[in-house]
Amino acid sequence: MPNNELVQDLGLDDYKYGFVDDEAHVFRTTPGLNENVVREISKHKEEPEWMLNFRLKALRIYEAKPMPEWGGDLSALQGTLDDIYFYVKPQDQMERSWDDVPENIKTTFERLGIPEAEQKALAGVGAQYESEMVYHSLKEEWASQGVIFDSIEDGLKNHPEIFREHFATVVPAADNKFAAMNSAVWSGGSFVYVPKGVHLQTPLQAYFRVNQERMGQFERTLIILEEGAQAHYIEGCTAPVYSTDSFHSGVIEIVLKRDSRFRYTTIQNWSNNMYNLVTQRALVAENATMEWLDGNLGSKLTMKYPSCYLQGEGAHGSIMSIAYAADGQHQDTGGKVVHAAPNTTSSIISKSISKGDGRSTYRGLCKVYDGAVNSRSNVECDALLINDTSRTDTYPYIEVDEKRATVGHEATVSKVGDEQLFYLKSRGLTEEEAMALIVRGFIEPIAKELPLEYAVELNRLIELEMEGSVG
Amino acid sequence: MTNTYIFDVNNLCAKVIQEDVDILKGVSLQLRAGEIHAIMGPNGSGKSTLAKVLVGHPAYEVTSGDVTCRGTSILDMEPDERALAGLFLAFQYPVEIPGVSIANFLRTALQARLGPDEELDLFDFQDELMDRMKMLDMEPSFAERSVNDGFSGGEKKRNEILQMAVLRPTVALMDETDSGLDIDALQIVAHGINTLRQEDPEMTILLITHYQRLLDHIQPDVVHVMVDGRLVRSGGPELALELEDQGYAEWKCRHSGT
Repeated sequence: MPNNELVQDLGLDDYKYGFVDDEAHVFRTTPGLNENVVREISKHKEEPEWMLNFRLKALRIYEAKPMPEWGGDLSALQGTLDDIYFYVKPQDQMERSWDDVPENIKTTFERLGIPEAEQKALAGVGAQYESEMVYHSLKEEWASQGVIFDSIEDGLKNHPEIFREHFATVVPAADNKFAAMNSAVWSGGSFVYVPKGVHLQTPLQAYFRVNQERMGQFERTLIILEEGAQAHYIEGCTAPVYSTDSFHSGVIEIVLKRDSRFRYTTIQNWSNNMYNLVTQRALVAENATMEWLDGNLGSKLTMKYPSCYLQGEGAHGSIMSIAYAADGQHQDTGGKVVHAAPNTTSSIISKSISKGDGRSTYRGLCKVYDGAVNSRSNVECDALLINDTSRTDTYPYIEVDEKRATVGHEATVSKVGDEQLFYLKSRGLTEEEAMALIVRGFIEPIAKELPLEYAVELNRLIELEMEGSVG
Repeated sequence: MTNTYIFDVNNLCAKVIQEDVDILKGVSLQLRAGEIHAIMGPNGSGKSTLAKVLVGHPAYEVTSGDVTCRGTSILDMEPDERALAGLFLAFQYPVEIPGVSIANFLRTALQARLGPDEELDLFDFQDELMDRMKMLDMEPSFAERSVNDGFSGGEKKRNEILQMAVLRPTVALMDETDSGLDIDALQIVAHGINTLRQEDPEMTILLITHYQRLLDHIQPDVVHVMVDGRLVRSGGPELALELEDQGYAEWKCRHSGT
């Protein structure tokens, strides 16, 4: 096989039939999902028996569950699933030619001013863009505080007790079909453990874990904060991520012990061929706080509902979600809050934008159990339609079994006003500049919570997207 | 021979798009640089329509006539192009832009006036903005509020003047800026306009006003009376006092049905 050091022109046809277990280069299973594939994955990762059994059991659950009939259009998905490789050895995932990367992605990189090396990394081409130096010094700081921030595989290997204690306790394999799939074939993701009372000032960035697993199809992340701990985790990127993978199904489990505080910020801008189905959930104990900050800008179809299960008295959960759907995209997002203890509070703020024939859907659940006395929940979902063909839907589910609770829901749908556009134009802004300003104003309450780099890139992305949006 | 008028409206007729009847029925008006003109008239005379047509509001269509700014016709220009050519309208009912701060909005508008490779100096901008706000007796924190969002009528009008003060237009059209203002607010607005004129004596202003009282504070050079889509009389500042005294009845009688 011809072989360049950095960039390998990987013709997938070459590997379609059978294993190629070439130590130096590529390892991947056959397409499709079956017991052999699962066994190979576990063997390759050298996992303990219990994990293999867990995976196999999950596989059976996956096979037994039907494809969901709600949410986005998954009709084409089964065909896709029969063709994909459920496991590719990490360092081989990313080898691909720069020539294969679609023009529009390259143009976006240019316009966003992304350095060339990073462009290649985002497109999965060539050498990984690393911030090795920063990472190492932070690693030392974390180690001194007893903080663990590892790959999920290392989490299992090096911290088996903590791992096993919490793994799959937040999202069991049987939770839903794709959680079961992930449970069977998970690979890549983060393992985070913050000890009692430790307040991390610097955010943990998935980006720091300099390996290709952060872009894995079946990421599994497990995060545990002990009593009184505080941390912020950031992952994803606003720049478009090009992947020939057409399916991404992650599971993120978060365990917050009492009095802890945690924020999970994620932004995705997957290319338009991607199905992005993710289960994200946090268990929140007494007086603990969970904040999800979720930005969905890309993918063909995303179904994602970050959740907070408020299990201890005084727990608080909030979900802030921005969704942007352009031509050919469907964002089916929102959040779930479950009040299972008294004096718990929650808030969901969802801002969605639909452009062209894009469709954005808010889907949310607010459930208050009997006994969750004095719970308060508020949901605000706002949708902005840019064009006449744009579409938005809202599916709020509100189930309140406790009389002594306060639950509120507000929803607005608006179009960009002609008077607003005219007002801005009369001050010298072009129609596109005016649109971009109005759209940025629309998402401002959530965007202002984003880390600066994301906010800046997000602004630029909106400007780009608004070009050619009018008419 | 060069046109000595900075702004020249020539027999302008206009109507609402898809309607049949012209609202503006042949308005002619010439402004020299640095002049202040006032247009007064009864409700429904077309005063606000005139202002909107001049800045290119998409709801209206010009059926005949021309408008030039510094000798160049502006009727084919988009509203943003007219703004860059130096035209400004202080709206009667400014619209809200939630989530966009006044500072951000003005910075974007100023940046729009620079060339593609030029970058607005943020520190200079900040200083300028604070200075202009002080001149208009506005709290600095006001700059962080969303444009017109939750503003009182007086705050909206003052915000229009602030924009004028920052953007420094060549020709400023002011559509009933005094309506809805109490005496204090009116004085602040008038003071703002007068200060801008002192700073730039070449700034040309067209005040559209319903009541004479604004003209107590801002001395116009010429006063026009607009009735039923036309300017029916022009005169000096004393004309405004005459109207105050006698009302519009005479003009309406004389010119209705034409």
